[in-house]
Amino acid sequence: MEKTLQLIRYQLGKGKWNIVFGLSRPTKDRLARRIMGLLTLSTGILLLVMILVLFARSWPILAIKPLEELLFSTTWQPLQGAFGFYPFIMGTLWVTMIAMIIAAPPSLLTAIYLAEYASSRTREIVKPLIDLLAGIPSVVYGIWGVLTVVPFVQDVIAPFLGHWFGFIPLFQVNNPTGYSILAGGIVLAVMVFPVIIAVSEEVIQAVPQGLREASLALGATRWQTIKHVVLRYSLPGVMAAIVLGFSRAFGETMAVLMVVGNVPQVPHSIFDAAYPLPALIANNYGEMMSIPLYDAALMGASLILLLVVLLFNLISRLILMRLVRFE
Amino acid sequence: MVQPHMQFRQLNIWYSSRQALKNVTAEIPARGITAIIGPSGCGKTTLLKSLNRLLEETDGIRVEGEVLLGGENIYDPSVDVTKIRTRVGLLASKPFPLPMSIFDNVAYGPRIHGQYSGSLSEVVERNLKTAGLWEEVYDRLGTPAARLSTGQQQRLCLARALAVEPEVLLCDEPTSALDPISAQRIEIQLKAIKEKMTIVVVTHLLRQAHRLADHVIFLWLGELVESGPANQVFNSPRDERTRAYLSGDIG
Repeated sequence: MEKTLQLIRYQLGKGKWNIVFGLSRPTKDRLARRIMGLLTLSTGILLLVMILVLFARSWPILAIKPLEELLFSTTWQPLQGAFGFYPFIMGTLWVTMIAMIIAAPPSLLTAIYLAEYASSRTREIVKPLIDLLAGIPSVVYGIWGVLTVVPFVQDVIAPFLGHWFGFIPLFQVNNPTGYSILAGGIVLAVMVFPVIIAVSEEVIQAVPQGLREASLALGATRWQTIKHVVLRYSLPGVMAAIVLGFSRAFGETMAVLMVVGNVPQVPHSIFDAAYPLPALIANNYGEMMSIPLYDAALMGASLILLLVVLLFNLISRLILMRLVRFE
Repeated sequence: MVQPHMQFRQLNIWYSSRQALKNVTAEIPARGITAIIGPSGCGKTTLLKSLNRLLEETDGIRVEGEVLLGGENIYDPSVDVTKIRTRVGLLASKPFPLPMSIFDNVAYGPRIHGQYSGSLSEVVERNLKTAGLWEEVYDRLGTPAARLSTGQQQRLCLARALAVEPEVLLCDEPTSALDPISAQRIEIQLKAIKEKMTIVVVTHLLRQAHRLADHVIFLWLGELVESGPANQVFNSPRDERTRAYLSGDIG
């Protein structure tokens, strides 16, 4: 072994790789290209394999239960063999929608400020900070949610909204704990800020300077220019940014799981607890596997999640691609 | 001597640390076409864009001196820049149709200012006619402006600028992106409206300057070398550099 290493070092020192492998430079170039191409290909195939495996593993339940029962039944009683995903799907949708409603407007305004008003110096300082937010582990967001957001919902938001707007079902307080879809939505919103800001800021910045000047030269104010020209021009890209944030929120597991309460019910108020799909899978996979079909049901849930997130990602990528092509 | 419409007074402009214009003092007479000529990079466009303060959109720009519009310094802090740009319009070197219909492009200026004479469709029709585009688009005013050819787009931009009814129209190499036929049409339109407004054209084409200009401002490396009536500058230049540039020896 030592001898071989010595030999390699010797050959390296003399730059004699060609002799070691007995290959010409063009051959090595081709070989390197093949290997890297294969690696790239396998990344793509990985996704396909995952979908196929999830499908195969969830087949036992897909084969015997009608799809509408799985998707729309509200009964989740694994022991009785009833696997209705509806409460979990609704839980996911509620949390995601609340997150998007909270996150989208301020993110957009931030992106507009950064792209249109801020000096290039401010931009250079703020953008990396925002990107940094995206790198914080989601469990940290979860802990922050438990320590701060849940008590805040419990002690401030719920009493206030419940007192003044409790007659609206959406704001009824039936759950005194604060572990609720609102808490989940708030935590998620903070997590998707950086995604929406970063993508939409880039899209807005890509608007040709000449277009801005055309509007300004007609005597438009900066805000008129943004509203009528810049945003209109970049609208598809901004939509794509929001959809991208949406798909990020849809699949987020850990942070939501920690603050949302995890009660398998269809929520009716923002203060209700819920049990989103990712939380269901993370909490239960590997347990209670003695129950027939349980494993297949969880795989089915994963499959739904994967396909939905994939779909949203695909949509936003397509919009962004189209946008670039029309430049 | 007629009162000049716009004036540069000891104008100095820097991009960060590079000085683009050095102590320029010149006049732009009312009505007719004033051509700013000179080789590339001599500050022609900078000088032009100082006239409607669009320069301020560039990072790191610094302006010293005065630019007068009818006797008023447009760089005075109390001046509302949108008012200046309403009075001093711009036709850019490349057409940038706004992301909306042909009609809305022309109506954009009058709409944001909320004032126009007659109905909006009259305003649109009148200005498209002035720009020589009406005949080609009157039956599809609702289609996106981006579908027009480049030459048509540039005439649309002209109509859009005119719809605000500016006193002065700045043209930054208005035909440089166009084919010869489209370029000629733009020149024809400019000549047709020069009786009614002051036009300032930046061009690096001497032949175009010959065709269009009533007055000439010649810049060389950020300095004003010579300015005056076109026939005087072209036929009996006072400065040696002007003569050399016009005869093709330099630049």
